[in-house]
Amino acid sequence: MPLAPDYLVYPRRRNGMDHDRYSWSMLAERAPVAWPDGARLAVWVNVAVQFFPLNQSGVPFAPPGGMSTPYPDLRHFTLRDYGNRVGLFRCLHALDAYGITPTFSINAAIVNRYPRLLERLAARGDEILASSWHMDTLHHGEMDIDEEAALVDRTLRTLRDATGQPVTGWLSPAGAQSQNTPDLLAARGIRYMGDWLNDDLPYAFRTTSGDLTALPLSLELDDAFIIANNLHSEWEYAEQIQDATDYLLAEAAETGGGRLLALSVHPWVLGQPHRIGAFEAVLRYIEAQACVWSASASEIVAAWAEQQAKA
Amino acid sequence: MREDLDLYDYRAWDERSAIRWPGGAKLAFWVAPNIEFYELQPPANPQRKAWPRPLPDVQGYATRDYGNRVGHMRMMELLDKYGLRGSVSLSVALCEHHPEIIGMCKARGWEFFSHGIYNTRYAYGMDEAQERSMIEDSMRTIAEHTGEACAGYLAPALTHTEHTLDLFSEAGGIYTCDLFHDDQPTPVRVRSGKPFVSVPYSLELNDTIAYVVNKIEPRRYGAMIRQAFDRLYMEGERGGTVMCVPLHAYQVAHPHRLRAFEQALAYIAGHSDVWFATGREIANHYIKHYYPEGGANAARA
Repeated sequence: MPLAPDYLVYPRRRNGMDHDRYSWSMLAERAPVAWPDGARLAVWVNVAVQFFPLNQSGVPFAPPGGMSTPYPDLRHFTLRDYGNRVGLFRCLHALDAYGITPTFSINAAIVNRYPRLLERLAARGDEILASSWHMDTLHHGEMDIDEEAALVDRTLRTLRDATGQPVTGWLSPAGAQSQNTPDLLAARGIRYMGDWLNDDLPYAFRTTSGDLTALPLSLELDDAFIIANNLHSEWEYAEQIQDATDYLLAEAAETGGGRLLALSVHPWVLGQPHRIGAFEAVLRYIEAQACVWSASASEIVAAWAEQQAKA
Repeated sequence: MREDLDLYDYRAWDERSAIRWPGGAKLAFWVAPNIEFYELQPPANPQRKAWPRPLPDVQGYATRDYGNRVGHMRMMELLDKYGLRGSVSLSVALCEHHPEIIGMCKARGWEFFSHGIYNTRYAYGMDEAQERSMIEDSMRTIAEHTGEACAGYLAPALTHTEHTLDLFSEAGGIYTCDLFHDDQPTPVRVRSGKPFVSVPYSLELNDTIAYVVNKIEPRRYGAMIRQAFDRLYMEGERGGTVMCVPLHAYQVAHPHRLRAFEQALAYIAGHSDVWFATGREIANHYIKHYYPEGGANAARA
């Protein structure tokens, strides 16, 4: 039996994208972006503060880094918890030593589980962005819209109440979204999200409540992706981040347009005692470059948005 | 299902008559950028899921879209720097979605060959009429948008049927990149009886296979390319070899990978006895000078 005839019909074969969320645009053809003080490279270091529940539902898939042995998977549960207890503080110490600004993406479940941790983070004054309830509350296309709306509401209310911050940024667990996620976020005061990985600069993303800014958080340069997924060593991780820094700085110098280095950091990965030295080496390298702007995610979005408004 | 589609004959590597490339080159080197479009909401194929996650698979889609928004331009500038032309493995719907990219390739004199309509539409389950219609659509689209007759084929997402190569030959194609059995061109038996050749397209050196499947570090990928080149260049003394580097801008053109890849290209470009060719040029040269009289069947031992 052949395939159904509509398999050879292409209703969205047309100029531009096959959806209406953003406009087709090549980075190289856009007006150059200028960062403050003549910087060529904006650096967003996102530190993930995560909770992986032991009774993971795995709907619609097990999140990367999640439980993977039969219940109770104390092995992975505690390895992830290590990040919140130990690894995070090593990472903070390293970031502070090199004067690099972190932004924290937080699963809202952390607020009630670890009040002391939240207090410590909130006291720093660094930006906090929302990352749903926990790593097993995945947003996905088969999810009921009311259920997803309630999940976003509960997440944002909890984080805003606990931090006193407006909380205008969003990262979905596992980078997964439903077709409704951007609309639900924008309607609730989210201004930017990091899940769409298709660029090296921010870009405008349409929703039913006005535009969001997509601020791509690189998966290719994510520590868990390089070290836990690709099984590269911590020093190969460091080399890759250094090579990326060099490349983006050179491209920015050649084109006259600012670039974005977006580093996703997991304390349960880089905060291990045998890896923290490689993270320190990365931070030292970035800090030593001229023309680097270390900023919070919101500051980067604001600098970009201001130029778009003028254009 | 058959044990073997009987597409080509067995020939031992060290028992072949010598191939000579133009200018006496030892090695024909070609670069095949895959310029692809993956759909956000593709229809389901009964034999293969388009995306691992429920639609919309934002992470998978955006990963590919990076190539079109950011990567191709970087890769083109790099190939320009070393005077290399690409042979584009094209999801032809990209002609409609992103004609600007097609224009940039055309301006560089690159070749275009068919990689299906979208890389999210698979041949699995198609009957002959459907696959013929898909192949003809892809060749017609290339002709309309580039003015070029499509000579080569790489099945979309490497999805084949028993008749894929027969149908492509009947539609006017002369070479396939779908077979990975050799480092030299091979005559391929097709139903039309017309000359048809397999041009080596390495999966082992394919950036996506290297980085994603085999999880190769960026600098090691560059080293692998140099090692492969050294060996094929040396063996090319005896009879011309072919080396292909298949690329995906959404992989190789990331900022942590492109410089290491460039070092490999610079190394290769620094050698003299290399024919920097396109897929079509290699196929044509082979068919003109080395294709067995009487067709692929006559090559049978």
